[in-house]
Order: sequence, then C-alpha cells, then structure tokens
Amino acid sequence: MISRAHKLLFGLLLLACVAMAAVLIRLRNRAQDRLQEQAAAAPSMQTAGVPPTEVTLYVPNDLDDSLTGVHEDLALPQDASAEAQELLANLVAAFRAPGSSHPLDVANGVNEVYLMPVPKAAGETSDPGQMAVVDLSGALVSAQPSGIEPETLTLLSMMATLHANMPAITEVHFLVDGQPHATLAGHADLTRTYLASEANPTPNPEAAEGTR
Amino acid sequence: MRWTEAGLAMALAGFGGAFGQAARPAAPQAAQPSESMATATQPQTETHFAVVLDAAHGGSDTGARLGNGALEKNLTLTMAERLQELLRQQGIVATMTRRADVDVSALTRAEVANHAQAAVCLVIHATATGSGVHLFTTSLAPAGGSGTGQPVTAAGPRILPWATAQAAYVTDSLKLESELDAALVHAEIPVTMGRASVAPMENLACPTVAVELAPLAPGNTTRGRAITDGRYEKAVEGALAAAIGSWRTDRKEQ
Ligand SMILES: [Zn+2]
Repeated sequence: MISRAHKLLFGLLLLACVAMAAVLIRLRNRAQDRLQEQAAAAPSMQTAGVPPTEVTLYVPNDLDDSLTGVHEDLALPQDASAEAQELLANLVAAFRAPGSSHPLDVANGVNEVYLMPVPKAAGETSDPGQMAVVDLSGALVSAQPSGIEPETLTLLSMMATLHANMPAITEVHFLVDGQPHATLAGHADLTRTYLASEANPTPNPEAAEGTR
Repeated sequence: MRWTEAGLAMALAGFGGAFGQAARPAAPQAAQPSESMATATQPQTETHFAVVLDAAHGGSDTGARLGNGALEKNLTLTMAERLQELLRQQGIVATMTRRADVDVSALTRAEVANHAQAAVCLVIHATATGSGVHLFTTSLAPAGGSGTGQPVTAAGPRILPWATAQAAYVTDSLKLESELDAALVHAEIPVTMGRASVAPMENLACPTVAVELAPLAPGNTTRGRAITDGRYEKAVEGALAAAIGSWRTDRKEQ
C-alpha cells in the first residue's frame, strides 16, 4: 500500500524531472543558435586568410532598366564554383539592402553554382569557355516580383556579375532548387541557356549608366 | 545537341517537344491568311495591314499582382480590347489571341499570330515594378545577319528552328519598337527598351514588341500615377494606336 505522502513525493519528483528536461532542451537550443550565429559571422574556411580583392557587382535599377557596376572588396574562395557563388550571394545581398533599386527580400538566393566546360563546336579552335549552372533557391523565385523587366534584370545582373569577374564564364543556365524551371516568375525564360555577355555592361563600371 | 547535363537536356527536349509537334515553317509566306479571323470581326476594314494583340496570361495564369487586388491578366485583356477599338477607328484590323479570361498556351498564341500574317504583333504585359512603359524585343540574333537564326546564346543549334521564327523579323521588330517609343515619348510617358526572352515572342513570324505597362513613378515635373489610373492607361493606348497608324503609313510609302 502506497501512502499519500509517497504519492505526493512521486508527483513532485515527476514534475521536477519534466521541468529540468524543459530547461535542458531550452539551454541546448540556445547554445545551438549561438554556434550557428558564430559560424555565419565568421569567414568560411575557404576564405580564411585570403586577402580581399576588388570585384564588380552589377546592380539593377528597376526605374530605368539599367545595370550599374558597384565595386566591393571581397575575400573570395580559391575554388571557382565557390567564388561564383560568393559573388552572387553578395549581389543578392545588394538586392536586399535598404533602399535597393531592385528590391528582392531573400536571404539565400543561390543554392550552388556548378561550372562545366562548354564543349567545342565542330571546327571551333578557340576555347569556348565555361558554362555556369546557377541553382537559384525557391525562396528567391517566391520573392521575385513578376514582370518582364524585373525578372530579366535579376538574370542579367547575375550574368553580368559572373562574366565581369570570371571572364572564363561564357554561358549561364539557371535551375531552381536543382530542377529545370519554365520561368523565373511567370516571364523570363529559364529553359534556355544565356550567353553571359548578353547583359552587355560597359567595360568601365564607373561609367556604367544605362548599361543595357 | 551539345547538352552535357542530363537534366537540362531533358528539360529542353520536353519543352521543344511540346511545341515541336505543331512546328510550322518560320516564314510567314508559307502560312495562309486567316480570313475567318481577320474579316469576321471587322468586315469593312482594310485586310492588308493586320495587327495581332496578345493579351498575356489568362485563366489560371493570373500574371503579376498589381496591387489593390488588380491582376495582370485582367488589365492586359482590357488594354488589348480598348486598343483594338482604337485601331478599328483607324480602319485597322486587330486579331486578339484571347477574348476572355481563359488559359491560352504559348503555342496557340503563336499559331493565331502567325496565321494572321500580321504587320504588327504586340504582346501586352503589366507589372507593379519600374516606371512608365517597358518595351522589349526578342533576344534572338537576327537571321541572315551576324547570327544564324539561332538564339544569341548558342554557338550551335540548341533550339529547334520552329522556336526561332522571330529571328527573321528582328530588324523590323526593332524599327517597330522605335516607332512605339517615339509615340510614347511624345505623349510624355517614360519608356525603357531592352531585349528579353519571353514566350511566345520567339515563335512569332511578325514584327513583334512586348509592351509592359508599369505604374508611373513621380518625376521632377510629372506626378505619379497608379497602373490602374484610367487616364494614364488611355494615354498609353492612344500612343500605341498612333504608332501603329504611323507604322502603316511608313509601310505604304515603302
Ligand atoms: Zn506578364
């Protein structure tokens, strides 16, 4: 026969166990968040110790349908794919900045950039360069304003930025979350491969006004 | 086909196949005029100068959300209908690719346009982004010029020829764009011009310009106007109709 006092004691112990478990879970989650924040703030292993180099990001302006070259100093990874992804990540960050001339509120716009050699056509002697397959995030597609102009500017700015800083990239193809996608947001065709130089920004980015 | 990535190749093959079944010769001379379409609606008007108005989107494809509950698919249809009436007043036949809020495939739009042997094809869009009117021509390289009728993206034939009908009309499309630009600027409407890759423009065998209406941003001397502002829309439609009238005059004089 269990006495009433024992029952009470058992109940209190059970309550204490549950409360302690809740506190422990909360502390663990906090520690995890702190670690993630530190990891995001710290330079990646790939860029640690790498001196920053000047790059040109081609930032769109929705009002006049132009691309403007903006200089930034970035520590870029040695790996070419990672370098391309870093360039586009910084471009997308410019879209998101307050007062952006091409507002696109997305934190992670590009999942990955894959580089592959463009095969030589029959009789072609020069190096045809590389194709960048840019895997856009579904979040970017959801945030992208619908329209020929805003969608085309998003693609052109990425193409121009890649081509200006990595001239070996001659062609660009876009995927969304690893899959082929018909359009960016109802207009700009993503089924085709774009020529990286199609955006045609002027060679001197400082003089780049109305670059299209 | 030079695709090295299986996923991309499959995507392209699927896209091409869907249209490829009904591929038509790119040259408009090969198509018969659509008398039923051109004359059924406007029996009294001139039949040698046909216009095609493509009200983009429709049905389940709502297009852009333009604010205050306005949808792009409705605005494009209303604009196309009013423009058709303005052209009728000038004695110009305009064929519509859709007349109601229904889904119309890019293939059907191209078929209607190419059947009409049109002197002008306007693809009408609207967006909540930017200011004024955005004019776009195809990003295809001109056929017979520096390009070969293939997209400027490709050194080799990556897209089937049916997809590049517009390549033969690039020069005329740029001239038409210039005519539209002049009329819009004359009406004090800001214009931007560019190249874009948007269905079904590349399949159209006629001088083609995509006209994308955006709200009017306030300027130094002009006041801002919403995209649904009736006066603003009418000014744009009037300018487009005037430009098409000038285009017809220019053609007659040639
Ligand atoms: Zn549209």
